[in-house]
Amino acid sequence: MTDTIVPLSQLPNGASGTVKYLTAQGQVRRHLLDLGLVAGSKIESIRRSPAGNPTAFNIRGAIIALRNEDADQVFVTLDKTMEEKNESHR
Amino acid sequence: MGTLNSTLSSLLSSINQEISAKEQQKIRDSIVSSIYSCAEEIARKAAHHQTDRKFELDQKIDNIVTSRVFGIPIMLALLGVILWLTITGANYPSQLLANSLFWLEGQFTNFFMMVGAPDWLHGVLVLGMYRGLAWVVSVMLPPMAIFFPLFTLLEDLGYLPRVAFNLDRYFKKACAHGKQALTMCMGFGCNAAGVISCRIIESPRERLIAVLTNVFVPCNGRFPILISLSMIFIGGLGATASSTAAAAVVVLLVLLGVVVTLLMSWLLSKTVLKGEPSFFTLELPPYRKPQVGRILIRSLLDRTIFVLMRAIVVAAPAGAITWILANTYIGDLSIIAHLAGWLDPFAVLLGLDGIILMAFILGLPANEIVLPIMIMSYLSAGAMLELDSLTALRTLLVDNGWTWLTALSTMLFSLLHFPCGTTLLTIYKETKSLKWTAFAALMPLGTAILVTFAIAQFAVLLGLV
Amino acid sequence: MKATDKSCCTEAYEAFGLKLSQNQLVVALAGNPNTGKSTVFNALTGLKQHTGNWPGKTVLRAEGTFVHRNKKILLVDLPGTYSLLATSADEQVARDFLVLGRPHAVIVVADATCLERNLNLVLQVMEITAKVVVCVNLMDEAARRSIKVDIEVLSRELGVPCIPTVARDGKGLTELKDAVLDVATGVTATSPRQVSYEPHVEQAAARIESRIRPYLPGWVNHRWLALRLLEGDMSIIKAIIDHLGNGSEQLLLQEGSAVWAR
Repeated sequence: MTDTIVPLSQLPNGASGTVKYLTAQGQVRRHLLDLGLVAGSKIESIRRSPAGNPTAFNIRGAIIALRNEDADQVFVTLDKTMEEKNESHR
Repeated sequence: MGTLNSTLSSLLSSINQEISAKEQQKIRDSIVSSIYSCAEEIARKAAHHQTDRKFELDQKIDNIVTSRVFGIPIMLALLGVILWLTITGANYPSQLLANSLFWLEGQFTNFFMMVGAPDWLHGVLVLGMYRGLAWVVSVMLPPMAIFFPLFTLLEDLGYLPRVAFNLDRYFKKACAHGKQALTMCMGFGCNAAGVISCRIIESPRERLIAVLTNVFVPCNGRFPILISLSMIFIGGLGATASSTAAAAVVVLLVLLGVVVTLLMSWLLSKTVLKGEPSFFTLELPPYRKPQVGRILIRSLLDRTIFVLMRAIVVAAPAGAITWILANTYIGDLSIIAHLAGWLDPFAVLLGLDGIILMAFILGLPANEIVLPIMIMSYLSAGAMLELDSLTALRTLLVDNGWTWLTALSTMLFSLLHFPCGTTLLTIYKETKSLKWTAFAALMPLGTAILVTFAIAQFAVLLGLV
Repeated sequence: MKATDKSCCTEAYEAFGLKLSQNQLVVALAGNPNTGKSTVFNALTGLKQHTGNWPGKTVLRAEGTFVHRNKKILLVDLPGTYSLLATSADEQVARDFLVLGRPHAVIVVADATCLERNLNLVLQVMEITAKVVVCVNLMDEAARRSIKVDIEVLSRELGVPCIPTVARDGKGLTELKDAVLDVATGVTATSPRQVSYEPHVEQAAARIESRIRPYLPGWVNHRWLALRLLEGDMSIIKAIIDHLGNGSEQLLLQEGSAVWAR
């Protein structure tokens, strides 16, 4: 389960993940790298806009909104531990 | 030196060709990762998070202002409140400014009479130029001095990016950029400022769309006409006009402007500016306590005075020209009357009349002189003047054949027609293209004609007027 | 290459539309968006500001002046960017000025509440120039969020002066100005931390570096340029060639003629 790789837009709200690879090419890839989305980066899905798209993510300490089309070019693994940590907190 | 440079440039391009694009991409990935992991390592050593709770309050605020249920209503309510504050708050200072500026006009007149200046000189300089200026300053300055600080306050708090976040989906559907919402917010103050702010949009195609459609957001120069007409006709309140009703009508008009913006953006994306939405990122920065002093200075100095100065530069000559047109007679009619008569048959099709349409045309330099030109022409007084109350204005307009349809058509035409001269000049500066500047004038004009024509013909067909 | 040779001549500034008076030092202000960079700019320059466009670009440029310890300083506000990869016009403008404008010093404003993201830019700036001062802003907000930033460790790790500030309350600005002046005039020598890349990248960069060295003036950081060539970023290459070609460099070329004559 821990190794399931999903596109970033499928990261559930409040869940965090780790970037595995980018499928984006050219300018979009540059932009994503620019934001700090490299393999191994931690990323957390924060909230969706009222219309469901874009989604805001916590990327290296800044809250940055991406459209699903762009986020889908980033693939992440879900961090199970985060949820478990949250559970034990409560 | 030239040869050295060409040696260098051929060396550099040959090095560039030695590495395949795929290889370059891999190297770039690796470079970026290395820099970030170095940054991570240093941050780990130098910064210590004592707790896990970060942005807790921010999250709570965002839960409300970007929520599915409240997000958009809160936005509209804020817009309504700002407009209401601007309308109510500007009333008194506007009156005060108008009184003192018109008192000064009296002094000028006395002076001209004393030195025995010819009538035409007094007419052009005082009744034309100065009065036009006085109008623009007294009508524009107070609302801007209220609106811009309020707007800057929202900006400083960090609320505006949330607006773009809430609305991006709709802009995406129109193949436009979510940050266009921010440039539209700016357009409320002044479309020229709105056009400049389009620079925040990176992609040239989407920036051009934002530039071309910014005019559909009513600026401060157009609020007076929208507000007074909605107070007089739509509320049907006459003397007891309430600013709340006027604010509500104006909010509806603004919403219509937004809808038209989205439609036109979509249409442009499907025709002359074909293309897919580009990459979009938007940072939602933490909310910060605004610095009131800085807001006042920045919004007054940078925005209010700046916009006002530009308006003055165009309003002064426009006032003079209008006076000349109104006081030069061909036969027994002034040039203005001739123009109005000539425009009338076409204007009637749009639910307007010749004088209204002519006022819009003569008002090209600055939207705030549209209403004064209209009043002046109805009174045939030959100089722009302000009626002392809305009731008097209502009587004047109704006496000249205005119905609710005339008012509605005028408001719609004002909302949708070509941008003012300052804005067009700004569009030229930003796009460096005469073609796009002309398009920026003709596209809204076409929209305004189409919409008012459809509504007027529909109303006539149904026998509503 | 030596950092002290980097300060620039008047002509190079004119290419960026800057007018420089006698003995004025040029300091660039870089930083991520939303780090309070403009607050720092306003706090340093007060109302002595001037805004315009970067030549040939529709990117706003603000510049201002201030005097510190009898030295006149021209502060040039660069667009707020996350990095200098030149993916956007803003990033290109910022990078071109750092490389070609050769300011006497660069202040990088960093947000104390998210240091990691901000250090990314700091490291990239330090690859271009050694004359860097890091302004660690929003220290009050960091404290409120229970984030403790160890300035001493940070300075040591980065190898450049780091100054904690709360720009909106004016805290730390004198120290910042002191540090900037010392770096600009060479009183403080810096030894900026260089990012180490994967071995194959380092080797390839070294190879390219030795090939381009004879043809380039001393003030361009050859390693940095080699890395840009490696990742296929031709925009900076073009900017450098244009800059060299427009004749504004002749004065400087004489000074570095040993390098140029091969």
